[in-house]
Formats: sequence, C-alpha cells, structure tokens
Amino acid sequence: MSNNDTKAPANKFLTVVKKVVSHQMFIPIMALLILAIVNLAFDPNFFKITLGKNNAGNPILSGPLITILDYGAETAILAIGMTLVTAAAGGQDISVGATIAIAGSAMLRVLCGTNPSPDTIQAPIIVAFLVACLVGMACGAFNGALVSFFKIQPMIATLILFTAGRSIAAWINLNKLPVVPDPKFAYFGGIIPGIPVPTPIFIMIACVLIMALILKFTNLGLYTQSVGINEKSAKLNGINPILIKFIAFVILGLCVAVAALIKVSRISTINYSVIAKDIEMDAILAVALGGNALSGGKFNMWASILGAYVFQFLTTTLYKFNIASSALPAYKATVVILLVFFSAPKVRETIGKGFKKLKESIGKSSKGAAGKASEGEA
Amino acid sequence: MKKVVALIMTACVAFGLMACSNSDKKDTTAANNETEAAGKDTEKAGGDEGGGSSDLIKVGIINNDPNESGYRTANDADLQKMFCKENGYDASFAYSLKNDEQIKYAQGFIQDEVDYLLLSAADTAGWDTVLQDAKNAGVKVILFDRTIDADPSLYEASIVSDMDKEGETAVNWLAGQGLSEYNVIHIQGVMGSAAQQGRSGALDKKVEAEANWNIVKQQTAEWNAEKAQQIVQSVIDSGTSFNVIYAENDDMAKGAVAALDAAGISHGVGKDVIVMGFDCNKWALEELLKQNWNYDGQCNPFQASYIDAIIKDLEAGKTPEKTIIMDEKGFDAATITQADVDNYGI
Repeated sequence: MSNNDTKAPANKFLTVVKKVVSHQMFIPIMALLILAIVNLAFDPNFFKITLGKNNAGNPILSGPLITILDYGAETAILAIGMTLVTAAAGGQDISVGATIAIAGSAMLRVLCGTNPSPDTIQAPIIVAFLVACLVGMACGAFNGALVSFFKIQPMIATLILFTAGRSIAAWINLNKLPVVPDPKFAYFGGIIPGIPVPTPIFIMIACVLIMALILKFTNLGLYTQSVGINEKSAKLNGINPILIKFIAFVILGLCVAVAALIKVSRISTINYSVIAKDIEMDAILAVALGGNALSGGKFNMWASILGAYVFQFLTTTLYKFNIASSALPAYKATVVILLVFFSAPKVRETIGKGFKKLKESIGKSSKGAAGKASEGEA
Repeated sequence: MKKVVALIMTACVAFGLMACSNSDKKDTTAANNETEAAGKDTEKAGGDEGGGSSDLIKVGIINNDPNESGYRTANDADLQKMFCKENGYDASFAYSLKNDEQIKYAQGFIQDEVDYLLLSAADTAGWDTVLQDAKNAGVKVILFDRTIDADPSLYEASIVSDMDKEGETAVNWLAGQGLSEYNVIHIQGVMGSAAQQGRSGALDKKVEAEANWNIVKQQTAEWNAEKAQQIVQSVIDSGTSFNVIYAENDDMAKGAVAALDAAGISHGVGKDVIVMGFDCNKWALEELLKQNWNYDGQCNPFQASYIDAIIKDLEAGKTPEKTIIMDEKGFDAATITQADVDNYGI
C-alpha cells in the first residue's frame, strides 16, 4: 500500500466536505434538518399531514409542515425583495412592516369605502390589490429615491416610513378598523374552496417562480451584484447604479403589497399598530440566515427564502414547546445569533481555511495516519 | 461586514432584553405601542385665547396618541365630545406617546393658565416637578386612565380601570359555565403591560386553585391577531384537546377563531370551544350577538363623564375621592343585546 493511494481519497473526501460545509446553503439546510429532527424526536407525528374539513365544510390539509409553509409565506416573499435591496444598496429596508400597514390600509379603504363595516365590498378585490401594489411601490420608490438619488444610508432613509408608516396607515382609514364582509377576500390568507392547500403557499411559490424567471432571463441579478460589489466600476461599465438601487426598492415595495394582501386577508381586517409587527427584522434575518453579506454584493435568493423558512420553523417550534412567554425572545435571539454567526461569510471562510489546514496536516502525517484515515472513511 | 453583523446581533439582544424587561411599561390599552409613531401634534379645540368668555372652564388635556388603538380612539372621541364649548369648557388637546413630550405640553398648559390639567401619562415616572409647578400655579390636576408614581397631594383625583377586576370578572364568568373540565389556551398580551398582568393574574390564580382547570398553552401573542392564530394552530397541530380560549384582547381572540375555523372546530354558545376576548370592540360584540364568541370583557374608555363630575364637584367646593375605579362590564353572548353593542362597542 503506497502513501499516495490513501492520501488521495482522504483529501478528496475533505475537499468535498469543505465544499459542502462552506457552501452558502449549508447552514440554512442544516438548521432546517436540526429543527426537523428535534421536532420529530419530541413528536413522532410531526410530518403527518391530515385532510380535514374547515368550518365552512371545505377540505383543508393540516399539519405542522403545512402550518410552517403557510405562515412563512409573507416573510419568504419579503425576503425576495430584501435580498435585492441588500445586495444593491448594501443596507436594509426597516420600513417593510409599516409599509405593509400602509398598503393593507389602502386595500381596505378601497374595499370598504368610508364605512368600516359595509354589507358588500365597494370595489372588486383585484382593483383593491392593484391599488395596494401602487401604494407599496410608491413607498418603495420613496425609500429608493432617498437611497439612490440622495445617497442616504438605507436604514436611515427607511427609518422615516418605519416611524410614520403606521400613523399614515391609520390616517388612510380615518382611524377606523374596517372589516371586509366578502368571504372571497379571505381566500388569499386561507383556502380557496375545493383546494385543500392554503393559498399563501401558492402565492409564495408564484412570487419565487416569477423572481427566478426574472433572474434567469434578465441581467437584473448580475447588475445588482455588480452595483453592490463596486458601484464605481459598475458605473464605468455602463450600469446605472441609481436606477438599479431604485428598482430594487420598488420590487421590494411590490413584495410588500403581496405580503400585505396575505396578512390582511388572514383576518379580513387590520390593526395598524400590530399588523406585521417586527416582520422587517424577520426578513432581514432571513437574508442573513441565508448567508448573504448584509453589506451588499453577491447574493443567493434561494438561501434567503430558505432562511425565511428556517426562521418560521423556529417560531413554530418555539410555540410548540411550552416555553414561558417572557423567555421566548431570549430563546429566539440565542438561536438566531448562533445561526447568523455560522452563516456569516467571514466565518464560512475561516471554516474553509480550517479544512485546508486539516488537509495539509493529513498530507504531512499521512504515513502514520494513513491506516486510520482509510478506516474512518470506511 | 463585521460591523453589520455586530449591529444585527446587538439589535437581536436588545430586542430580546426589551421584550423581557418591559415590566415597568404601563400600557393599559390593548395595543402595543413600541413601534407606533409618536403623534406630536397639538390641536386647539375652541381655543380663542382672547375670546373673553370667562365663564368657560379652561382645561388642558394630555392624552396618548389616538392612533395607538381602538381603545384610545374611543377614549379621545369621548373626551372631545364632553369637553366642548356647549358643555362649558374651553379645551386644548395634546397628544404624545412619549413622557418627555407630554411633560413639555404640561408645562405649556401651565403657562397658558388652564384651570384643570387632565393627564393620561405615557409613563409612570418623572411627573413630580411639573405637577408641583402646576400646584404652585393653582392648576388642578386630574389623572385619567393611567396612574403615576407621584405624591397623591399633587393631583385631585385619578380615574382608573382595575385590570385585576376585569380578569376576575371574566374568570368568574368562566367558572360559572360549569364545565366538568377546563382546558384553556391562554393567549397573553405584551408581557408586563398592566392589561396583561391583570387579565393573566386572575386566570393563573384560578388554575392553581382548581384541580379541573388546566392550561393547555400559555403564550404571548403581543396583542397580535395573527400570532394568536399561529399559537392556536400549533396546539391544534399537536393534537392536544382544549375547550376554552382565553384571549386577552379581541384581536387575538379573532386570530384564535380563524385557526379554529380552518381546523373545523366549532366555537361559540353551546359549541365545543368557549371563546373569550377583552376590550369590547364593536365587531367583537357583534360576534357575541351572532353567538360565535361567548364572552367579552370591557376595558372602559369612557372616562369623560367621570372627569366632568369631578370638575363639577371641585367647582362646587367639594373634595372628590382620590381614586375612582370605573364600572366595567363583562358581556355574555347568551344575554347581550343590540343596544349593548351600540352603547358599549368601541
């Protein structure tokens, strides 16, 4: 047995491990696996999905997995836009929760008119949704203009709507809390009769697909990354950084409007001060958990979406275990810090270097360790 | 990059700490106001300074932002209706969710030489100096809705809701339903707020005392309907059985009911699950009227008539009681009427 024979597979194995471990998707996927295993250990029925009937007599699938996919939809949709904003502008939009309130409030204003509890809706749902899209995009454009034209730090620029947004939302409906009378409006956050899968899952998949197509067939992804990595050189290469940043914020505005539709539809009404509260942090964390650099540049959309679901999985898991209400945020913070730490690009790089060193040391001491290494592999 | 990660981590820790330690935050309303924008506008209602109508009683009213919640909106509307020229008042209103801004407004009102200063303080501490100033200037102070940590000699009266009583009324009602076993999903408000403490306290005590009362799940949804929906969904997914939902406000009860509806679990009068809420929003009382919910506890926002009576007493030279606890009702779906919905819905 020559040394080369044993060294090669050991090195190959380590190279593969290194590649897997330092890949951006590794941490979110590992986190999902660990969460799934923990849940499964405490509840063997965790993956069971049952077909039941809701109170209206329509079939509906239920089970923890469905719940996670359902409630994570808004954060996943927001994560799409947030990833683009992060990559292009090198900062985050902290106003998405408040702009969801604004877009949702506008939607209800169109649906209900000035009467908070009308007998029928005053306009078709699609019109209300389109208005909400316009409002969401306008908010995005406002943020985008501040960031791109006026070069204000994204977190500071979006602080304006973060602070004022919920008051604006309340003002749109003159401080009333409208209730949508049409049961059709509840389809978007619940289920469509006859289709047992919750609608938010379909909406989320549609958003992800559209974004995937845009990234595949346009240069948006490339341009966004180049602006994020080096604005000046992007400009020298004929890319307009102002436009790219602006577009990123407008796309996030559109994501906000879609998320607002789901959020408002879930309970057919709105509460300005608590709707989508802290969701901006969830969305930013989703981007971070996906291992994307929060300082901008390269991004991986899939990792962000996965990150959003890691976060929702964590939330659902914590609700499941009887953790005292007052301790819940501490648990969440601990897990999130760990995850963000390990998925930080810098840490991944260090781990990668660690493997390189390990490989070298194996190469050096291969004479002694050759037998052990091959044994370990087997 | 390091900086950004550090920032995020710090933010996480800070948020965690904030959520754990806001026990000193007095929040008698059913809404969390952490992210709420501070309403900074002052508004003059009927404020002709040189109007010369000396028989009007001049009052300065400092309240929390009416956008904060339905409770506050109703509270503000009630005050606006009572303190108008027709009722013999020359009132100025100021709104803020921040204590320091409220104190600034109070100083302004004292300089304007108002007769009465009506105050719903954002925070319990920090009022001694300004109230002493008021006393020296001969301005009478009446607290409404929220108490403060100041010497009682600095104010004439305080009109408050007794959150413990609200909780007890609700729990007593539930005990009166005579179920053989109580398996309760308890959905709490923002931890540490006065409403949460009062409404949780009564239930906790009862569960401890009675063998057939169990808490299936106790979790905070932070006044948020959708979080409540997720919490109830998680109990349904785990297959645990329950027959009572005790939600500490109407929004959370609504979220819980949405989860029940999706899972095909019947709720309301004579059904599988008893649904309880608080705050008496109009739409919630309508749910009671339709027998979809069972109980709704009031947190009375209508303090204007109490304040009016106190001012009348003071003007007549009588000394009012120092602490006045308002009447609060609990509505039962079996007995509620349309008139109740119209009169008490906010």
